[in-house]
Amino acid sequence: MIDRLFRSLFLIRRVEEEIARVYPSDKIMSPVHLSIGQEAISVGVCATLRPEDVVFGTYRCHALYLAKGGNLKAMIAELYGKFAGCAKGKAGSMHLIDTSAGVMGASAVVSSTIPTSVGYAFAEKTRGKDTVVACFFGDGATEEGVFHEALNFASLKKLPVVFICENNYYAIHSTESARRGGPEITAMAQAHGIPAIKLEGMNIEEIIQSVGKAVEEIRNGGGPRFFEIMCYRWKEHVGPNDDFGVGYRKKEEAEPWLANDQVQVVGNKLSEEDRRRIEIAVEAEIAEAFAFAESAELPPDSELLSDIFRTH
Amino acid sequence: MQTQRTRSYSQALHEAIEQEMTRDSNVFVMGQGIDDFKGMYGTTKGLVERFGPNRVFDTPLAEEGMTGIAIGAAMAGMRPIHTHIRMDFMLLAMNQIVNIAAKSHYMYGGAISVPIVIRSVIGRSWGQGAQHSQGLHSLFMHIPGLRVVAPTTPYDAKGCLIASIRDDNPVMFVEHRMVHFQTGHVPEESYTVPTGQARVLAKGDDVTIVGISHAVVECMRAKVCLEQVGIHAEVIDPVWLSPLDVDTIANSVERTGALLVVDSGWTFTGASAEIVAAVGERLQGKKVFKFQRMGFAPVPCPTTKNLEKQYYPDAAGIASSAFSLVRGSKEHWKPEIVDAPEILEFKGPF
Repeated sequence: MIDRLFRSLFLIRRVEEEIARVYPSDKIMSPVHLSIGQEAISVGVCATLRPEDVVFGTYRCHALYLAKGGNLKAMIAELYGKFAGCAKGKAGSMHLIDTSAGVMGASAVVSSTIPTSVGYAFAEKTRGKDTVVACFFGDGATEEGVFHEALNFASLKKLPVVFICENNYYAIHSTESARRGGPEITAMAQAHGIPAIKLEGMNIEEIIQSVGKAVEEIRNGGGPRFFEIMCYRWKEHVGPNDDFGVGYRKKEEAEPWLANDQVQVVGNKLSEEDRRRIEIAVEAEIAEAFAFAESAELPPDSELLSDIFRTH
Repeated sequence: MQTQRTRSYSQALHEAIEQEMTRDSNVFVMGQGIDDFKGMYGTTKGLVERFGPNRVFDTPLAEEGMTGIAIGAAMAGMRPIHTHIRMDFMLLAMNQIVNIAAKSHYMYGGAISVPIVIRSVIGRSWGQGAQHSQGLHSLFMHIPGLRVVAPTTPYDAKGCLIASIRDDNPVMFVEHRMVHFQTGHVPEESYTVPTGQARVLAKGDDVTIVGISHAVVECMRAKVCLEQVGIHAEVIDPVWLSPLDVDTIANSVERTGALLVVDSGWTFTGASAEIVAAVGERLQGKKVFKFQRMGFAPVPCPTTKNLEKQYYPDAAGIASSAFSLVRGSKEHWKPEIVDAPEILEFKGPF
């Protein structure tokens, strides 16, 4: 278990570091919203899911895509705009998808995948399947009206959804105090009749234990569950850089989060030998994926007009 | 000789839904009040008794959320029919329709599709007013990835709805309250009306009149008036607004040399502008033609009767415009007021 968790955490961290390293070369001409520092939420939640379970995410979707088992080569090729990308180069970083791994398409419009995830869960329940849908979104999304509309319906129909609010304190550069006058996020879920838990301290084992119990309850017909998981975005909102010097937040605020790096915390639980073995394998996989993306072909010009409608 | 099977537009829609729900267990119907005693003007009446509350259900008052939920169910392979009793409320759902439904198939490289039908009704008469009468189809025509259909005959209502349900893509199914009462031939068996094909409702060589949604009913009345002064109008119902059958309209205009487009909506940047432009592009260098557009007055719809009457193009006005197109702008003629029984007889409140 620990080795699988570390493998996933390390893979996501190193993929995104590699994206940040390559980014100034302009080979990735796509706005990237890095998950560095927040990986443990995606990895922890996905560790509680079955392969056939389905996740819906946001434009900050690299971690979720990889944690759920999305194809790495197809992801990097997508970021490079190549035809071999997971969406033929038409999606870029913000709309990753891998349906074979249960990764539904991510959206760049805040909160817009919350109702679609609920609808997916409705379809699965209606057809007698025991799929659980995990719906990921940020704290800013809870301010959108459709968040409440979707929670109400999930509660009304007792749908198999686990809502995961990744609260990293900032909507781009806006603090919670600039945006919210009302109750705790978990209180809003509870007001819709959905049991909600707030997890602080960014501890992947706690995430797995708490969400795992909820997922089991959901699968047994218990209806939706809600988690607010506190976290911290280490990089700028969009782009590959640090942004502690620009004025809206200070490095000191980040220190406790940096010291509680779950990649290191989990890695330290492994023997030096096991950890090294995983790291070497992951590095090779990443190198291969970037080499693949580099050499892959752009889509043919004729692709501009394909896929607007499904016609078969 | 067997008499033709006649049904109303509403009955035709009901029959389409019932037959498709019977054929495919993935088809379900949702919308505010669709399982109540009125059943969305009868179009969904009794379906809950037949198919159960999992496949026919009322929804919270949450247009964007419920549209997203329908889209999510479609992504999972179901075929939702989401209904809105007035088109005006779809403005609350634009984000999900435009950003998710229309784009998903393309944006995700063909990995998923969104087979959803969104029904909505354009209201009119009995003081529906500014927010219960808008024809917003041109907003949706503008968006790649959406199909837009606005059938006006009972035959097309059934065939287009079945085609829409079977379509693997999002379809905006536009109804008009004033065509719900139209009656006509509707075969009992299941059938589809081909996507993107216009229907020539009446033949003529002097002027091509294109009417969108309920406007085409008035165009047909105008045609009868025009016969009295020796003008033979060809009346075309585009049926599908996107994809638009430019060929059928352009071929007609190439013959008649005159095009009048009458919309159940505003003219500025509307469906009528698109139709005229598309025909113009098709015929440039081949045929010079005269054209005119008619539609709602460029204001929010007023409720009081005399103002409301002026707001809509009527059959007499359409006939008069067609007359001037054919005979030249110096010649004017307008027939007596032509009755529009569906409007005169409509007693609200809805």
